[in-house]
Amino acid sequence: MTTTTVDQPALPTESARRAPIEHLAIICSKGTLDMAYPGLILANAARMSGIDATLFFTFWGLDIVTKKTVDHLHVPTVGNPSMHIPTMVGGLPGMENLATTMMQKQLEKLDIPSVHELLEILSDSGAHLYACRMAMDMFKRTKEDLMPQVEDVISAMDFFEKAAGAQVLVI
Amino acid sequence: MLREYRGHQVTVNDEGFMTDATQWTPEIGEAIADEIGLMLTPEHWKVITFCREDAAREGQPPGVRRISKLSGVGTKELYALFPKGPGKLASRVAGLPKPHGCV
Repeated sequence: MTTTTVDQPALPTESARRAPIEHLAIICSKGTLDMAYPGLILANAARMSGIDATLFFTFWGLDIVTKKTVDHLHVPTVGNPSMHIPTMVGGLPGMENLATTMMQKQLEKLDIPSVHELLEILSDSGAHLYACRMAMDMFKRTKEDLMPQVEDVISAMDFFEKAAGAQVLVI
Repeated sequence: MLREYRGHQVTVNDEGFMTDATQWTPEIGEAIADEIGLMLTPEHWKVITFCREDAAREGQPPGVRRISKLSGVGTKELYALFPKGPGKLASRVAGLPKPHGCV
């Protein structure tokens, strides 16, 4: 033994007594910039901690992994109370672009990677990315329309097999 | 709390991260790696050396993205070197605190 604890070990903390999370499965169902980040950042944080991560992109969440839209996700200014501006103002031409540009600048300032780069990081980190077959049919997209980091187009039932043993999170 | 690595006493927190980076030596790094089941290769040392140098410059340990961008060891390779999570383990072996960032 090269390692010994020489004084009294501290009592295990509350988090140490509970079973650690080993697998996180995230269903990404929204395609706005503000809804894309939480899922991707959480999945990345999971991988950085040695937790398996599986992502399932469905409905509007498909935009996050679609080549044409991945670099053009928007912050919604209408119907979004967190913007703290009147809906009528949020609906004026250019408001959505302005809000999106402002958020992108802020993300850049904090050195937070773009959605595009996060997909690459996630794939390199060993996270698994899947697209929902039903949503693909609905939006008439093919596998070629998707970013190369998406491993496969699968059904919801397939997803639950991929998510075995996982904590499932819907965003 | 105190912990002994190969005859050297160091202070660690309840997650096993050293609390005083100046107590660290490469030998202690090897002992911490032993403890978490890692056999250190020259590639590990490239990462560990980068983390210590970067932390000394920046005042905080680097996150995974920073390591992958600046150390010359890419994301894929980092995860192969530290399969149980490079986010925490690179810092822990390097005798640094747990990184704060999410990337």
